[in-house]
Amino acid sequence: MLRKGADIVIETLKEEGVELVFGHPGGAIMEVYDALYRDGYIKHILARHEQGAGHMAEGYAKATGKVGVAMSTSGPGATNLVTAIADAYMDSVPVVFITGQVPTHLIGNDAFQEVDIVGITRAITKHNFLVKKIEELPLILRQAFYIARTGRPGPVLVDIPKDITQKLSDVPVPTFDEVKESLPGYRPHLEGNLQQIKRAVRFILEAKRPVMYVGGGAVQAEAQKELVELAELMNIPVTTTNMGKGAFPELHPLSLHMLGMHGTYYANMAVYNCDLLIAVGARFDDRVTGKVEEFAPQAKIVHIDIDPASISKNIVVDVPIVGDVRIVLRKIIEELKREVAKTLYPEEKQKWIEQIEAWRKKHPLTYARSNSIIKPQYVIEQIYEATKGEAIITTGVGQHQMWSAMFYKYSFPRQFINSGGLGTMGFGFPAGIGAKLGRPEREVFVIDGDGSFMMTMQELITAVQYRVPVKVAIINNGYLGMVRQWQELFYERRYSEVDLSVQPDFVKLAEACGAAGFRAEKPSEVREIIEEALKIQDRPVIMDFHVDREENVLPMVPAGKSYRDMILEDGKKSVEAETMYLVG
Amino acid sequence: MADTVGTRGLEAIKAPLFREVKKGEMRKHIINLTVRNELGVLARIATLIAGKGYNIEGLSVGETHEKGISRMTLEVIGDDVVIDQVVKQLRKLIDTLKVKDLTDTPHVERELALVKVHTATPRARDEVLRLVEIFRAKVVDVSSETYTVEITGTEDKIKAFIELVRPFGIKEMARTGKIAMKREGSIQEEE
Repeated sequence: MLRKGADIVIETLKEEGVELVFGHPGGAIMEVYDALYRDGYIKHILARHEQGAGHMAEGYAKATGKVGVAMSTSGPGATNLVTAIADAYMDSVPVVFITGQVPTHLIGNDAFQEVDIVGITRAITKHNFLVKKIEELPLILRQAFYIARTGRPGPVLVDIPKDITQKLSDVPVPTFDEVKESLPGYRPHLEGNLQQIKRAVRFILEAKRPVMYVGGGAVQAEAQKELVELAELMNIPVTTTNMGKGAFPELHPLSLHMLGMHGTYYANMAVYNCDLLIAVGARFDDRVTGKVEEFAPQAKIVHIDIDPASISKNIVVDVPIVGDVRIVLRKIIEELKREVAKTLYPEEKQKWIEQIEAWRKKHPLTYARSNSIIKPQYVIEQIYEATKGEAIITTGVGQHQMWSAMFYKYSFPRQFINSGGLGTMGFGFPAGIGAKLGRPEREVFVIDGDGSFMMTMQELITAVQYRVPVKVAIINNGYLGMVRQWQELFYERRYSEVDLSVQPDFVKLAEACGAAGFRAEKPSEVREIIEEALKIQDRPVIMDFHVDREENVLPMVPAGKSYRDMILEDGKKSVEAETMYLVG
Repeated sequence: MADTVGTRGLEAIKAPLFREVKKGEMRKHIINLTVRNELGVLARIATLIAGKGYNIEGLSVGETHEKGISRMTLEVIGDDVVIDQVVKQLRKLIDTLKVKDLTDTPHVERELALVKVHTATPRARDEVLRLVEIFRAKVVDVSSETYTVEITGTEDKIKAFIELVRPFGIKEMARTGKIAMKREGSIQEEE
């Protein structure tokens, strides 16, 4: 059937099962918006800034596991997406970005609203396309979705010149098999090498002090069941990264919570002292390893990852297994069961578990409580209790993000949504809107900083327009808190340009936009306003928590340092950590 | 520390160990790529290598016998470990079909140079012609003042030729990047 390029775009999106897109129109993408209007099936969320649309699509994708879609026009519309694209790239989020482009004959002419977005995003997309002929359009769009969601997921950008959206063509939308065949250079490995799997099994059976280190890849692969089964089968404690939260339930007795820079004492001690580290869908990021030379120095390392380029990138591993985390874990479990899952050193392993429990008791996650001033950690604990641990949490970037990672306990995958790799301030609020639209049955709390919130707060009106009942908890300390903390610890309290105490009245701001606004200045008001907020289901809610201004995120391993340099929850360096003895 | 380690009966042992961090040697690598001849494929490869802070020392691209498939040879000076990472990332690109670091694999390599040499005197003409013969090169253009010589071979051979004709004066010169191909019958390694 003869139809316009713009109609082909909509037709292909529907073919891919897209029901919701986020975006902002403009000259070069108008045909597509017209087709969207005429067709009427796909719902569109009009963000107030393209960056917001991009993060909403990310939040939607992270919460649902589906491919998010964000659309914008050419030039500034496209460049405004760049931060979201880079963010999605760093956190492996499947999002298809569709940008309008100036007509083909004007490309390269410095035309109005022209920018080479394919060139600009080459290093921050999994792949990108400029559509040169209408005949390629449906295939390219379907390739974009296929590439975005398979293998190690990631953002794909499709740049469509305006004339292509206007031309007529009867080219059919290709089938899934045709799409696969059209990409001979793209074949993600899923199964894992059996030889390496057998070696891993041997190491697991022989381990005296094993630890599993689980990252975002396990969330993407939906491997929670396998992780729990393996951990319980072989009695292996599990620590997760920031991105891996929820992949292993944090209330499970074998959970060590987060490791790394702001990881728990017991997780970091366990990793430092282990003799086998099983890395599952994690990439040995510098925030996790600290000083590479002193990361798990005694351990043999098994690394399961779908991305061959992630393996032995920062740390050389002993057993590399390229494959889908869930499939590989399943095979490991089956192999172990064939070996009767008999650990060779039951006594040592028991001692290891007891040792970890001793560490856990000695330095649990905690903070100095107060009756007079609101502690940021207290707010998060109260949100946790009020939501019974069942809410989806999104965050911006900074202290509040780390406190949210520490003091909310996550029990299911895709529950904790934040910008881990790029560390994008302003991510949390739009991502929360996207997450709520994707998972309307769940409460979604945006735990944000005052600094982060102000970077994308224009989306408040978007949330009001679409009646998205996200709950925004601003951990308001009137500072760029994480920078201030580093200035306190490493720059002798020279607080250079971090004071945000001149700020809007967030309650009035909420009301001005038609949202609900609450403020808490005393600990006794905290739970009260959370409960009030939970009653509101027809519009967004802003909760402004005035917290202790100079509270620090602890424990902390300073950047580039070893776990032995850990600053503990009381702000002191632990003698024990300093002299940390290897056990076993 | 005594109460955690000691009472648990786990003998506290030795000072902390250090994990060996693999650092490679800086040297020239020859990387062979088979790619789909798609828009921007060269830019993608160049972006990736530039992103590691490395310079592309030599590059040659040409179509293969298969339609739409090009062969590319890259020369990059870099750390072995980082190059290994680059190769893995090159493999990840959607448009690359095969990527192989040939540096440590027996292979044939050739490059081609056009050298325009000043040959104004009969002695110079004689001498250059002799060199051309010895090196199995070819004179492809002649003027009263110059010979233009086409020479193919390994990098060393071309370098040697250039050094020998340099005293006569080189007016201009153009060199292709290297092309390379694995030798058959040598140790097989996939990809």
